[in-house]
Amino acid sequence: MTATQTQSADPGWVGKRMLRVEDAPLLKGRGGFVDDLPVKKGTLHAAILRSPHPHARILSIDVSEALKQPGVRSIMTGADLARHAENFVIGFETPPMDYRGMAIDKVRYVGEPVAVICASDRYTAEDAMDFIRVEYEPLQAVIDPVAAEQPGAPILHDAAGTNVMLLREFTHGEPAAAFADAAHEIEFTIRYPRNSITPMETYAVVAEYLPDANSFDVISNFQGPFSLHPVMARSLGVQGSKLRHRSPPNSGGSFGSKLTLFPYIVVMCVAAKLAGRPVKWIEDRLEHLSAANSAPNRVTRVRGAYDSEGVVSAIELEHWDDNGAYLRAPMPAPIFRMHGVSTNGYTIPHVHVTNHIMVTNKCPSGAVRGFGGPQLYFAVERMMQRIATELGRDPLDVIRRNLIPAGSFPYRAPAGALIDSGKYQEVIDKTVAEGGLAELVRRRDEARADGRIYGIGYATVVEPSQSNMGYISTLKTGIERERAGQKDGAIASCVVNVDPLGAVSVTADSVPQGQGHQTALAQVVADRLGVDPADIAVNLETDTQKDGWSIAAGNYSCRFAPAVASSVHIAASNIRAKVARIASQTLNVPPDDLEFENGRIFARDNPENSVAFYRAAGLAHWSPLSLPDGMTPGLREAVDWSAPELTPTTANDEINTSLAYGFGFDFCGIEIDRATGEIRIDKYVTSHDCGTILNPGLADGQIRGSFAAAFGATMLEEFVYAEDGSFLSGTFADYLAPTAPEMPELTVLHPVQTPSPYTRLGAKGIAEGNQYSTPVCVANAVADALGIDDIETPLTPSRVYEWLHGAERPPPEGVATTAPPSKGRALEGSGSVEVPARREDVWRTLMDPNSLAAVIPGCDTLKRESENVYRAVVDIGVGPVRGRFEAHVRLDDLVEPESGTLSGSMIGPLGSSSGTGRLRLEPTGDGTRVTYDYEIHLAGKVASVGGRMLQGAARALIAQFFAGLIRQATGDSAQAGQPADTGLWERLLRTLGIAR
Amino acid sequence: MKPAKFDYLAPETVDEATATLAERGDDARVMAGGQSLMPILNMRLARPELVIDIARIGTLNDIRLKDDMIEIGAGATQAALMRWPDLAAMAPLLAAALPHIGHFQTRNRGTVCGSLCHADPSSELPLCLAVLGGEVVLENARRQRTVGAAEFQTGMLSTAKEADELVVGARYPVARPGAGHAFLEMTRRRGDFAIVGLAAVARGGKMRLGVGGIADRPAVRDWDGLDGDALDDALNAFAWELGGTDDIHATARYRREMVRTLGRRAIEQARDACRS
Repeated sequence: MTATQTQSADPGWVGKRMLRVEDAPLLKGRGGFVDDLPVKKGTLHAAILRSPHPHARILSIDVSEALKQPGVRSIMTGADLARHAENFVIGFETPPMDYRGMAIDKVRYVGEPVAVICASDRYTAEDAMDFIRVEYEPLQAVIDPVAAEQPGAPILHDAAGTNVMLLREFTHGEPAAAFADAAHEIEFTIRYPRNSITPMETYAVVAEYLPDANSFDVISNFQGPFSLHPVMARSLGVQGSKLRHRSPPNSGGSFGSKLTLFPYIVVMCVAAKLAGRPVKWIEDRLEHLSAANSAPNRVTRVRGAYDSEGVVSAIELEHWDDNGAYLRAPMPAPIFRMHGVSTNGYTIPHVHVTNHIMVTNKCPSGAVRGFGGPQLYFAVERMMQRIATELGRDPLDVIRRNLIPAGSFPYRAPAGALIDSGKYQEVIDKTVAEGGLAELVRRRDEARADGRIYGIGYATVVEPSQSNMGYISTLKTGIERERAGQKDGAIASCVVNVDPLGAVSVTADSVPQGQGHQTALAQVVADRLGVDPADIAVNLETDTQKDGWSIAAGNYSCRFAPAVASSVHIAASNIRAKVARIASQTLNVPPDDLEFENGRIFARDNPENSVAFYRAAGLAHWSPLSLPDGMTPGLREAVDWSAPELTPTTANDEINTSLAYGFGFDFCGIEIDRATGEIRIDKYVTSHDCGTILNPGLADGQIRGSFAAAFGATMLEEFVYAEDGSFLSGTFADYLAPTAPEMPELTVLHPVQTPSPYTRLGAKGIAEGNQYSTPVCVANAVADALGIDDIETPLTPSRVYEWLHGAERPPPEGVATTAPPSKGRALEGSGSVEVPARREDVWRTLMDPNSLAAVIPGCDTLKRESENVYRAVVDIGVGPVRGRFEAHVRLDDLVEPESGTLSGSMIGPLGSSSGTGRLRLEPTGDGTRVTYDYEIHLAGKVASVGGRMLQGAARALIAQFFAGLIRQATGDSAQAGQPADTGLWERLLRTLGIAR
Repeated sequence: MKPAKFDYLAPETVDEATATLAERGDDARVMAGGQSLMPILNMRLARPELVIDIARIGTLNDIRLKDDMIEIGAGATQAALMRWPDLAAMAPLLAAALPHIGHFQTRNRGTVCGSLCHADPSSELPLCLAVLGGEVVLENARRQRTVGAAEFQTGMLSTAKEADELVVGARYPVARPGAGHAFLEMTRRRGDFAIVGLAAVARGGKMRLGVGGIADRPAVRDWDGLDGDALDDALNAFAWELGGTDDIHATARYRREMVRTLGRRAIEQARDACRS
């Protein structure tokens, strides 16, 4: 690196709202996504059999029948994989945890891969899944990260003996003394939910094993960081040079999710090796929602010390970070990336942080846009609002009193962030004025005078960009760090190339997923070389065997503007310097006095004295001997750049986790509908200082995109797990991403641009700010509207309604409530049915395997295994939804002819279930009253996709059961096995309270 | 997410369809717009041996007036019904309900009768059929029969259609003079399945309220001359009778509350509409 770090003074393309060069092919359907690319002849297609259980021991897997199916080439289990792939390295010491991308001895979340089927096409592979027999021993699951730490909690990783994978405590300053001295103290707990941002394109991998070189060749839409490349190579037992990874021309969004694609790369590499053919796997939507990744949900205990003016002197944060079933590198990085800015943009001098890194029976966590920020800032900004409420002050006043003053940058935060630049007060003042806060306050006053429910919320956020690779070391203790050696920096790699006729091309390690990097880099290079950006070819496909890359390569944590744009700026500047020296010979003008514009190089003082760019550049190719003394031939600049401010973690765990820190300030006004609990965003203003803006259109797109994603997280999106660990948000009908009609208007402001002194163009990241600010800004507005303290997102109307209203109006006398008590998420219910048969006949029907078979819906025969224990294959369903299950049924607690318990479990392609039904038989005149209650646990596909129908489906199946019982017990053999006639069906549904 | 193997038949006449159903009805599913069946097939929640696609039976596409009923053929899409010129005048309740059904892309393929046959407890069209007292026309190889809304939908995803029958049409009664209608729906996003759907009809002092999304099929109540607290009491009783269950989108209580608040709102809107 030769150029000094100065800010670009070029007027020109940078800063212009230039249209994206990426858009035309995407809009015309000419994009090149992995699934569009041709594959080698003979490539197999993989389907993955996944666990229906949240937690179970695998007793056996029998693939023999599946292997016999036509078109099936090979099937790989976790045990097969384990013979060819090592445990993934995660970069710090944890209690023993074996993770290679598939379940080996146990399954630990719904959706965990159990077997990979490679077949001639995806249909055939999915067909074969039904023939794989997996015997599970279900275990208790734990889904709450705090409960997972309690003694007696189910343990996920037996050898670890604990669900706490890491416990790190940090003290910066003297928080204990500050709390002791404080006039006021506040303490509360927040629960941040589980969510992701779902890309249009799911994971995609094509892997091939090349036996002659013992190497692997992979194309996937993995986004980096490339620090995971060594992790993958090491797992596969090859040198990095033998794992060639290529990225496709286009990737259909990621938002962090494709970072955790890497276990599948290894799984498909081994599958290809075992199959002896290339293997292609395209993740489907069900797989993506249940098993790709999720931001960690988190429980945070917040404690703040403050004075009567609202000045905060100390903050204590105790986080339980729920990473799901396994830690996958770089997890749990997000919580540590944000560590340096635990105090956000405030001058809070004393900090105490405790991080409990937990595992639970959920999908493993991953990076999601925002990368630990939403969880942290929700805690800190709720605290500021609550302190204001406690003191009866305006929240904005409390915010202002604590903000880092202008003129104190670069500012070293107590936990280590070196906040490079900013003018926070100016941002707030201008945003308040330009955004129309006074008008919003007036609207609130009016609404409240009208008896309507209206609130205003605020949030400020520091937006870190370009991660310091050194922060991962903060996960380690000082002793571990010393042993492992210092880590710091973050390298960006690129090449700017000029061909013999002056055509410019650029490659870089940014691995975009739709952000418009090609456009922005063309703008940067065009300015340096005085050429038209439309003439510059920017190719951002990567090939680990051919392109320059280092561990920080990839697309994450707002790396592009500070890092990639800087490296390309340097490379282009180096080219410019070289061409200027060449032109200087021709023009007899010192290189520093030359300008580059419109494809020509000319003397600043005498523009007539000029040479075409292509001629000067061409000399480097056509006549190396004509070049100035000592100049290397050719015209290609490869740059690897790392900023010196990215220093290692200090002995006291202070860490500057990022290079540049932007600033965001949001406010919003919301109104709540008293009748429905719906929140209407009346106005939302978001304001960002992201330093130099490379392309206002791209910046605007990032802000609006981030706002949409954050709005989803705030109002709609959650991966919901039942208490028993089953997963309930498996489709887009249940995982609700916002669509256009839900999105409120957004006012975007850039009142101040404070360039970063540490990035080459002064640019800072912009893509994540609203992930941080929007959830807590809206939550603060809801707190203001309702006058309540505990706000949990997503802000569903149902949840808001119950905050708003007291107890429910009771039923009138004489109306029985059919609402079942809500206990966990098990399906449960009770009722009674009149069977027109004598009690002895009913009892006999239930006790005789042949007649019981006719009673159980969809059951042909019961095979007796032992006294009152049966095995059966049942074909059951509701309406068009049907599935085949292997069932175990047992009868217990039999008191002839009065009562008994029917329990059982089932497993099939649609999932697994277990349940218990208690039956009591009482004679009534010429019939029998059968009273029952039941509890059913469901897991797997049907629970994941059928959420809103499950209770009804359970009732319908019970109705089928009793229809069968009535048929059998009354000896109505004409109807046995036939669909019930409408009359009987109707009567029965009425009896069960289903129909009226 | 690829369907299991199935045979595919696209008959061009009703006779051809019913003849096939007579033979293979137990193992077949009829597909019209495919907006419910296709995802179910792709997720392998259903594995029929045969899919009978009725989209090419041209005679089923009609929407017409017949004896004070709007007769909608089994091939008519929801979008076609929305475009039907007389809809707002003849069936204001349907005109109000149709925009809530999915999105314009799904309405362009989804059919009215397909929605009735799928019998989703949250669906708008079965709710309207129940409230208006419409009927469904079924045909097998031997005969045609007509089943009233109350008898047609027997439960969640379940109807009185026999395996050998094809639904050939549905009939919604034309709005009576002086009647007012209202349709309200609570969803978390535009076009989602209703958490609660409410359809109200008022005429004279009489009022009828239908509720979808809570029980396993639409529930309908009639009241006469109720107002003020008495109406609130009636809605409270109705809400508790429906009960409801918790799911990830809303609690059972919330569903009951919507019967009380939006139910009242729907009735008031329907009354206002009959005055205007």
